[in-house]
Amino acid sequence: MADNATVIEVDNVCFAYNGQEVLHNVSFEIRERALVAVVGPNGGGKTTLLKLLLGQLTPRYGTIRVFGGAPEAARTRVGYVPQAAPFDPRFPVSVRETVLMGRVGRNRLGIYGREDRAAAGRALERVGLTDFGKRAFAELSGGERQRVLIAQALAGGSELLLLDEPVANVDPEHSGRMYALFKELTAEVTVMMVSHNLSVVTGHATHVLCVNHTAGLHALGEVASSTFTAAFGGYLTAIRHDTSCQVLDPSASMHVPHHGEPVNSHP
Amino acid sequence: MSLFFTDLCHYPFLVNAVAAVALASLAAGMVGSLVVVRRSTYLAGAVSHSLLAGLGLSRLLQRRFGFEGLTPMTGALLVAVGVAVLAARLSLRGRQRADTVLSAVWTGGMALGVSFVAATPGYQDDLMSYLFGSILLVTGPDLMWMAALDIVTLGVMAVCYNRFLAIGFNEELARLRGVHTAFYELVYHVLTALTVVLLVRVTGIVLAIALLTLPAAAAGMLTRRLDRMMTLAAGLCFGVSLLGLAVSYAPGWPPGATIVEIAVLVYLAAACFSKGQRTG
Repeated sequence: MADNATVIEVDNVCFAYNGQEVLHNVSFEIRERALVAVVGPNGGGKTTLLKLLLGQLTPRYGTIRVFGGAPEAARTRVGYVPQAAPFDPRFPVSVRETVLMGRVGRNRLGIYGREDRAAAGRALERVGLTDFGKRAFAELSGGERQRVLIAQALAGGSELLLLDEPVANVDPEHSGRMYALFKELTAEVTVMMVSHNLSVVTGHATHVLCVNHTAGLHALGEVASSTFTAAFGGYLTAIRHDTSCQVLDPSASMHVPHHGEPVNSHP
Repeated sequence: MSLFFTDLCHYPFLVNAVAAVALASLAAGMVGSLVVVRRSTYLAGAVSHSLLAGLGLSRLLQRRFGFEGLTPMTGALLVAVGVAVLAARLSLRGRQRADTVLSAVWTGGMALGVSFVAATPGYQDDLMSYLFGSILLVTGPDLMWMAALDIVTLGVMAVCYNRFLAIGFNEELARLRGVHTAFYELVYHVLTALTVVLLVRVTGIVLAIALLTLPAAAAGMLTRRLDRMMTLAAGLCFGVSLLGLAVSYAPGWPPGATIVEIAVLVYLAAACFSKGQRTG
C-alpha cells in the first residue's frame, strides 16, 4: 500500500463560514485504493471537507490537491455519492437511466452511445444490480438506491468515490453488505466515506479520518476506540490514543496559528 | 358530439382547431411532464399570466400607432422569453426569492395587460379571447407559426433530454458530472415559455397552465419513466382537447373551459386509478 500513488493531499487547510472557522490546519494524505472512513460529530466539518475535495468550496488557507491538481480539474475522476434519502421518491426514472447519468457530461450532444450503455451495464454488475436496469429508481429500497448511485459514479469512470453517509438509511444486514462492496471496490478505486457506524468502520476500512474542526488520519492498525471517543466528543469509553491525533482536544488545536497566507478568493 | 365530427369534414375552421390542439399537445406533453416532475408549475403560471402584457401592448401599438408587423402572438412570445430568462437567473439565487419575484411578474403582467387593452381604441373583444382562448378562430398562418414553435421545442428536447433528466434528478450531481446546469436551466425555462405561448392559442392565458400540467400529472400517475410520461401526456392532452372541442361544439359552450374541465376529470380518474393500484 505504501507504494501506491497519492490521490488526495490536504495541506494546512482552514475554512470558515461567515468568519466561523469550521476546519483549522487540516493536513492529511490519502493514497490510491485506500478505504477511508471519515468520522466525527455533527457540525465537526465532515461535509465541508467533502465539498472542499469536490472543489465546491475554496479553502481560506492552505492547499488541496486531488490527483495532483486542483479539485475542480479532477471532477471527472471523482464520483460524489450523496445520501439516497433526499431524492424525490416520485421522480420518474429507471435504474439504467440513473446509472447512465454518470456519463451525461461526457459528450457534447448529451446522447448516450453504445460505449455509455456498456459502461452502465458493467457498473450495475459491479454493484450486483444487473437485473434491476428496467426497474424504477423510486421502487428500490434505501440500500439499493445507494448502490445505484455508486454504480452511477463508477459508470462515469470515477477513480475516487466520496460517499456521504452511504448507509444512513440502510438496515444493519444490508449495511454490512454495502461495506463489503466498498471493500471490493478498492481493488480498483479509492473510497472515502463519511460514516457513523463505528463497529462496521473498524471491520472494513483501511484508514480512519477523524474530523472535529481539526483532523487526524490513522491506518486502521493504529486506531483504538479512544480515537472515536475523541472524535465524537467523549461519550465512548476512552482506552488509549496516539498522541499525534489532533482531535483529542479540538478547542486547543483551534488556537494554533494559520500556516501561510490566505487564499485570494477567500480574504 | 357527432355534429362536431360531421361538420369537421365540411368546415376548415374546425380542421384548423383540431390541427392546433394536436400541435399544442405535442409540446405540452413533453414540456408539461418536465414542469410537473420538477415542480415548477408556478413558473408556467407566471409566464402564462404575464403574457397578457405582451398581447395587450402589441394590440395597442397595432391599433393606435400602426405597428402592423407586431402581432399579439409576437408580443406574447417576446414577453414569455423575457420572463423565462428572468426566472432562470432568479432560480440560480435561491427559490424563495424567485417565488416572490414570479408573483410580481404574474400579477404585474396581468395588470399591465388589462391597462393596455383598456387604452386600445375600438371594441374590447380581445380581452376575453386572450384570457380564455379562441381555438375556433385559428388561421392557416397561426398553424404555421405553431408548427415552427413545435419543431423548435421537439428538437431542443431531443438533444437536451438526458441532461434535463439528470438535472431534474439532482442538479448538484449533474453539475459534478460536468453538465453546464445554468445553461440548461435557461433552455428549460425558455422551452416552458414557448409551450405556454402555444397553449395560450388553444385555451387562453387563464387555462393554459391546466393543459400544461393536468395531462402530464395524470400520465405521471400511470408510468414511472419520463419518456413514457411525455408520450402519454401528449396523447392525453390531444384526447381531452379533441373531446372538449367535440362536446362543446353543439351546445356552443366555451371550448377552452370545456377542455380544461375534461382534463380535470381525467386527472381525478388517474389519481383514483393510481390510488386503487397502490392499495389493491
